[in-house]
Amino acid sequence: MNWTRKDLLGLEELSREEIELVLATAESFKEVSTREIKKVPALRGKTVVNLFYEPSTRTRVSFEVAAKRLSADVITILTETSSVRKGETLIDTGRNIEALKVDIIVVRNNYSGAAAMLARHVKASVVNAGDGWHEHPTQALLDIFTLKEKLGKITGLNVSIVGDIAHSRVARSNIWGLAKLGAKVTVCAPAILIPPGIEKMGVKVTHDIDAALREADAVNVLRMQFERDEESVFPQQLEYFKKFGITEERLERAKKNIIVMHPGPINRGIEMSSGVADGANSVILEQVTNGIAVRMAVLFLVAQANEQIKNENTD
Amino acid sequence: MNRSKTKILIKNGRVVDPANQVDAVMDILLEGSRISRVANGINDRADTVIDAAGRLVMPGIVDMHVHLREPGREDKETIASGTRAAAKGGVTSVLAMPNTSPAIDCAGSVALLKGIIHKTAAVNVFIAGAITSGRQGKALTDIVKLKKEGIVAISDDGASVDSDELMLRALKEAKKAGVLVICHCEDKKLSAHGAVNLGIVSTRMGLRGISKESEYKRVQRDVDLAKKSGSCVHIAHISCSESVEIIASAKKKRIKVTAETAPHYFSLAEEAVSGFDTNLKMNPPLRGDADVAAVRQGLADGTIDVIASDHAPHTENEKEIEFERAEFGVTGLETELAVCITELIRSGVLDWSGLVKKLALNPAGILGIDKGTLRAGADADLIVVNPDQEWVVQKERLVSKSKNSAFLGKRLNGVVEYTICGGKIVYQL
Ligand SMILES: [Zn+2]
Ligand SMILES: [Zn+2]
Repeated sequence: MNWTRKDLLGLEELSREEIELVLATAESFKEVSTREIKKVPALRGKTVVNLFYEPSTRTRVSFEVAAKRLSADVITILTETSSVRKGETLIDTGRNIEALKVDIIVVRNNYSGAAAMLARHVKASVVNAGDGWHEHPTQALLDIFTLKEKLGKITGLNVSIVGDIAHSRVARSNIWGLAKLGAKVTVCAPAILIPPGIEKMGVKVTHDIDAALREADAVNVLRMQFERDEESVFPQQLEYFKKFGITEERLERAKKNIIVMHPGPINRGIEMSSGVADGANSVILEQVTNGIAVRMAVLFLVAQANEQIKNENTD
Repeated sequence: MNRSKTKILIKNGRVVDPANQVDAVMDILLEGSRISRVANGINDRADTVIDAAGRLVMPGIVDMHVHLREPGREDKETIASGTRAAAKGGVTSVLAMPNTSPAIDCAGSVALLKGIIHKTAAVNVFIAGAITSGRQGKALTDIVKLKKEGIVAISDDGASVDSDELMLRALKEAKKAGVLVICHCEDKKLSAHGAVNLGIVSTRMGLRGISKESEYKRVQRDVDLAKKSGSCVHIAHISCSESVEIIASAKKKRIKVTAETAPHYFSLAEEAVSGFDTNLKMNPPLRGDADVAAVRQGLADGTIDVIASDHAPHTENEKEIEFERAEFGVTGLETELAVCITELIRSGVLDWSGLVKKLALNPAGILGIDKGTLRAGADADLIVVNPDQEWVVQKERLVSKSKNSAFLGKRLNGVVEYTICGGKIVYQL
């Protein structure tokens, strides 16, 4: 199996084999972070630009660390400091960045499809670090990597995803990835947060958190976002926690070794209790660690493939 | 000056003219701006003789849903560029939608538009006025006055008149004035901020969806108002099965309603848009497979009377951006006939007479204009078509100022070889 894509835009278009290749590559990179000198020369001389249109310290830092451990040069562009606020289009911004002879653009953008659009217009590799509600492929890959590390396999696992499915790119990428690897996925949320037709993505839908937990080998808990400034936020949050929050009490009725994941940052007391977040079933910090290895793998694979594509074109 | 009239003789073509129940190989003689004779074995001397053997000869298309963008957005399209695109597509009459800037909502703007048309148009341009002032949905325009100035229909296309009461008054006024009301059926409260059809595709793409309900509930309302007022309504761009059903049942009850769809609604389904191609973003959006089938069925059984392009040109700057930010709409004048041939004729949904009715005869009748027929004495608006020739839709070869076709890269059958408008050859392959 060879990785031939210049970009990583989503998991929907990947084959099972491609996903497995990323996971295997990540496994080989994981060891690097345990060395005294946490660096390999795999991307020496390459430049990675983090182009972030949304604040996201975690994902951005994770990509930065991953790129540095591959010996790449890293530049970060945030909306606050760039011309993107002044109306420059994403394509123009991308082309300008490319003119700096950049090899990989890691893009986070609040519009669904933005990464794919950028990828069509630049020769540099594009890695989607989250586009609107559409996909967040590296997050799902690190979730799956962590699950596989903990449970040895993905095939046949029951995985429940709980929270705002409708507005979650993490949910979509996880659904595609898990389904392709043979897991049985259940999504659980209030009806209003379940998008129409999602069953056709191969998932079961429930509005009952206890049902979602009962058979689950793992539960991936999404961050809930309530409208700020609204007076009713607090009761809403409390209500959500009562109906859908993951608590020690609820976990007692689930499988003993159920894995609890969260893409972060956690709202303690809303999506899950502090006891669960810090408890024995939680792998939340391991997810963060694994994020580095998975993103190293992705950066490495797309850079290598793009090198190949460029060589073929010059022949 | 007393010159004799220019004569064009079109020999041996298969003449398809459902207005006169003709579908046979015949000759047509044009004299000046009119058709002079349709018969076998015409051997008059003519200035131009076109050998149409193996070709179809039919009335020029009457496209009753076109956005020419002038005045106001000449960067997208002008009367000159749009009507040349029309000529290339076999369209000899267009109805220009009034959502220009300024909107065509007063006698002055109609006069302005007529001036531009007179100077620059390559084919016939008929004018639709706005239903409400500035298309704001607040105050009715002076429909009688607009009619006197020469409009043939009114529409707030791009928007629907939300107020039932105002819409009812518009229908009554239009009836008095003798103009057609064209309804863009969309309840923006239900479709707000959607970008694609609501359902699995909007879910997969992570976009807000436009429900079918936002369309068909408004279709139902406008049908109800047609019944109440006794006035005619024409429903634009039908895209979903529910709308087709509502029209069918209204027609059974003899409510005066006619309906139109656009080529993309019977040839493309929502799945096509999942790659975020903004050239497939239009309003209403591409729907599901069952809706495509219902639209085709509606065309076959006569529920849908008209095929019109809803030609909606937009610049690259407005399309080559994030999907949600991109403008709605696709161009269509240059592809509509070929899409119809490829999708409807070749699969037997319509025969040639049926197609000419949808493209020319029916829209002319609905608008009350004397077009869409090849009878002797009629305006010499007709086209010669090679129905089998295959071609690929290429950006570089489009005449329209804008290139936002939903069919770029697609293989289509059917090429227009001559477009004759008012007895003049306005396009020749
Ligand atoms: Zn419309
Ligand atoms: Zn329109």
